[in-house]
Amino acid sequence: MPREVRDVVFVDGVRTPFGKAGGMYANTRADDLVIRCIRELLRRNPQLPPERVEEVAIAATTQIGDQGLTIGRTAALLAGLPKTVPGFAIDRMCAGAMTAVTTVASGIAVGAYDVAIAGGVEHMGRHPMGEGVDPNPRIIAEKLVDPSALVMGSTAENLHDRVPHITKQRTDAFALASQQKTAKAYANGKLQDDLVPVAIRDEENGWGLATVDEAPRDTSMEKLATLKTPFRPHGKVTAGNAAGLNDGATASLLADEATARELGLPVAMRLVSYGFVGVEPEVMGVGPIPSTEKALRIAGLTIDDIGLFELNEAFAVQVLAFLDHFGIADDDPRVNPWGGAIAIGHPLASSGVRLMTQLARQFAEHPEVRYGLTAMCIGIGMGGTVIWENPHWTAQEGGDK
Amino acid sequence: MSLTAPNEVVTRALLRQVNVPGLDRPAALITLDNGFDHTKPNTFGPGGLTSLDEAISAALAADPAFIAVTGKPYIFCVGADITGLPQLADREQALEIGRLGHRVFARLKDSSVPTFAFVNGAAMGGGLELALHCHYRTLSAGAAALALPEVSLGLIPGWGGTQLLPNLIGIPAATQVIIQNPLMQNKMLKPKQAAELGIADVLLEPADFLERSLEWAAGVVRGQVEVTRPEVDKDMWAGVLYFARQTLDQRLHGAVPAAYQALDLLETAKDADFATGTAAEDEALADLVFSEELRSGLYAFDLVQRRAKRPAGAPDKGLARPVTKVGIVGAGLMASQLALLFARRLQVPVVLTDLDQARVDKGVGYVHTQIEKAVSKGRMDKGTAAKLYGLVSGSVDKSVFADADLVIEAVFEDLNVKKQVWAELEKIVKPEAVLATNTSSLSITEMAAELEHPERVVGFHFFNPVAVLPLLEIVRGERTDDATLATAFAVGKQLKKSSVLVKDAPAFVVNRLLTRFLGTVFAAVDAGTPLEVANRALDPLGLPMRPLALLQLVGPAVAYHVGGTLHAAFPDRFGVSENLKRIADSGQPIVVDDEINAEVAKLLVVGDQPLTEEQVRQNALDALAQEIRLMLDEGVVAEAQDIDLCMILGAGWPFHLGGVTPYLDRTGTSERVTGRRFLPRGAASLAG
Repeated sequence: MPREVRDVVFVDGVRTPFGKAGGMYANTRADDLVIRCIRELLRRNPQLPPERVEEVAIAATTQIGDQGLTIGRTAALLAGLPKTVPGFAIDRMCAGAMTAVTTVASGIAVGAYDVAIAGGVEHMGRHPMGEGVDPNPRIIAEKLVDPSALVMGSTAENLHDRVPHITKQRTDAFALASQQKTAKAYANGKLQDDLVPVAIRDEENGWGLATVDEAPRDTSMEKLATLKTPFRPHGKVTAGNAAGLNDGATASLLADEATARELGLPVAMRLVSYGFVGVEPEVMGVGPIPSTEKALRIAGLTIDDIGLFELNEAFAVQVLAFLDHFGIADDDPRVNPWGGAIAIGHPLASSGVRLMTQLARQFAEHPEVRYGLTAMCIGIGMGGTVIWENPHWTAQEGGDK
Repeated sequence: MSLTAPNEVVTRALLRQVNVPGLDRPAALITLDNGFDHTKPNTFGPGGLTSLDEAISAALAADPAFIAVTGKPYIFCVGADITGLPQLADREQALEIGRLGHRVFARLKDSSVPTFAFVNGAAMGGGLELALHCHYRTLSAGAAALALPEVSLGLIPGWGGTQLLPNLIGIPAATQVIIQNPLMQNKMLKPKQAAELGIADVLLEPADFLERSLEWAAGVVRGQVEVTRPEVDKDMWAGVLYFARQTLDQRLHGAVPAAYQALDLLETAKDADFATGTAAEDEALADLVFSEELRSGLYAFDLVQRRAKRPAGAPDKGLARPVTKVGIVGAGLMASQLALLFARRLQVPVVLTDLDQARVDKGVGYVHTQIEKAVSKGRMDKGTAAKLYGLVSGSVDKSVFADADLVIEAVFEDLNVKKQVWAELEKIVKPEAVLATNTSSLSITEMAAELEHPERVVGFHFFNPVAVLPLLEIVRGERTDDATLATAFAVGKQLKKSSVLVKDAPAFVVNRLLTRFLGTVFAAVDAGTPLEVANRALDPLGLPMRPLALLQLVGPAVAYHVGGTLHAAFPDRFGVSENLKRIADSGQPIVVDDEINAEVAKLLVVGDQPLTEEQVRQNALDALAQEIRLMLDEGVVAEAQDIDLCMILGAGWPFHLGGVTPYLDRTGTSERVTGRRFLPRGAASLAG
């Protein structure tokens, strides 16, 4: 049967405010966080009849307890979607939600369904990294992977070894800029519209409402310089130049472009290409470099065609390695203009959609930009990149970036 | 504050400032939480009210955008802590409790800052009244129930409920919620009904109830959400209350002072200003706190809530054997009702047998029809129906009982017939299968006497209609063993019945007492008392139905039969009325449209010594007191509390009588007739 590949669009995305592990979501279930996102997506898009959602892909790294039980399906049911709407759970660690998006986008592209929800959740307070893992002894016996590959902070220190020109001073400066950009974005009301307030509760204070990210902090180069390097004595990676341990969830709505237009759904971004590539697990932070090269190659674009970058800041060193590789300045205004995970937080499997939601809003503000990309490094040595086209783009004199 | 309740589980009012998107300053969110999970709901005593008072003060001090009150998960607040009421020393303290609630709640009503109740879960009594004081209310569609149940206990919604509710939802609906529902097995409102009545301004889904409530409240504060409520019609006020009073008189004949106090307060609510209305509530509440009816009501409430869940004398639960298949001997109406009940509650195969295929088909057909009805009325989903169709079957061959764990017989009420049934069954069933009999008056011990395993026979006395009445008298025969009894109690619990352990004595508890009671009424008729007079004689008690209506419900033939059994056992106390036999034989109804059937009256052959209503009533009460004392002395049940529980759950006798023994005590009947009270002073009555 001959068939066409259809254009896939990113309609809308939302997220919960991100909390610090053990913080404001200490008594909130992980599934409730993502359910809240799904319900809000449907509420923000009343033109979409709920039964037109034909797939719900929800990512979580640790798929046990309140992140288990085929969370895409159970979250769909608990969110009040019709029972006819199927769902599944998906895992690619930090790129879980990104993979949920690319997976359902592929399904839409081949015509398996028209509208899907993709998102992710990670409650690192309830499910610390490494909970319940059982690494195969062959990993050590056959020296397949350096044992440090399983500790993300250690892989960042390993990466520093490979790129000695990236100093701790530089990573701290990048981290500080991330905090400052996020503070400014909040002050200018750039991030608030993505957020879904979440009811929270604790025994001493009763019910409350989470409306802003818990992780962003006021810091300085001096303060950052005093922080410990928990992964290596006299190392370079600190809690200040890395993303923290966070709780949060995201969800996005993807659709076949023709269906989106038929239903009157907004078109925020158009999928161009994506790529996932494996690298040495012990330096997983370099992953986004080959994955971006792959996505660019598939799209027939070069790095110069990209007008906006949303890069996940798992570690400052890993972002800087990417920027150095592509010859982009540390403070290039195209990169993470509203800050990144170092300030906002990185609830592992949920972050991919946050990058996309923010890129979508930036697209709307920048009709002169045609292409943008979202990219992130992934545990056990991978990178993932998705390239998007700006539907608001209007050709301007002097190029089409 | 002078009031304290030493045993109060204090519901704390936890205050938190919340930033709600769209508002330029924080709102104050107050959570009511007693620190336990939903199985111990929030209530208000003096400590809780004081905590709320402090939270409101702290909230106002911060000049919030609005103040909202919500509950802990699944529970908003279920009202005043009634366990503290009997400890109040005097009327002044009772007045103080009323005033304290009024003073604290009024702060939410009089606040210049907008106030909201986010009713996230069960809201009853004082909890709902708190919500009514707020300027606006959101309600979760997942809330278990809403109600103002005070009148059912012998109280009134005295923290503003009688004044606020009619002026919010109109007098017809308010009368229904405050008076009619509490007196109708304490009926509660589902959230959808409450919203339709206008108790809430908006009904929201439970999944994100609090988030949406906060957003809605912000919309109201910003003027983006307009709240409209229908105007209350004041013209119909008097008419509705007149009709309600008439209905009450017909049913209760003045026996429930709380209902009449509530009526008066609803009348006041039409024109009185709020301060006058609430002052009247305080007075009414203080009167009722020191009323015998309330003390009986609290005692009855405790029996139903606690004693019914932990039956006195039941053996260790661990001895119970699993029941994976149930057999029912007989396929008549009672048997079919039992089949449906067992299948529905136990979810195990249930098989009916009878003498021929036609009867079996009729019995199974009845079950199927009931299932269809339940589905068409939306009370049962199709999946459950499909399962139940598969579970209930019938046969003319009793060998289908071979693998049953429990077989219950519902055949003709005759000792020899039942003995034959058991003898035949014993050859078929497993040696440890429980054999249960639904007899209403025959001896379990005699029924089991000739069996190889008499220890597995137990009485299972249900009350008609079995799906509705909550009582199950579990009868221990002389040789019934603990495992059988434990199994019977386990099954009773699964059937969602309240089980009471009863000794194998003629007609057990409810039927014995009702028969004795009706016997005195009929003896009066035989002596020449007009049927009308005898029928009215018990009116001041406010029983659910008059004696002759009860007789009609039971059926004169059944009553005559049970009467015969009891006469045989206790000939000096249980007479045989030829008039009753005449009525039974005639097949005529005794009561038609609440009037005595003149045709029946003509059948009677009576004496010339008519009694007055008062004499009939005294005879009936004296007989009850005497019989209960004898039953307790015989050890038919463990305590007077079990008698009361049986009368409340099996005969529908009212809370305001405490079942019956508190009433017999407080009227002096028990001391006069038996020389002593049934319950110590203060247990179900005023202490003084």
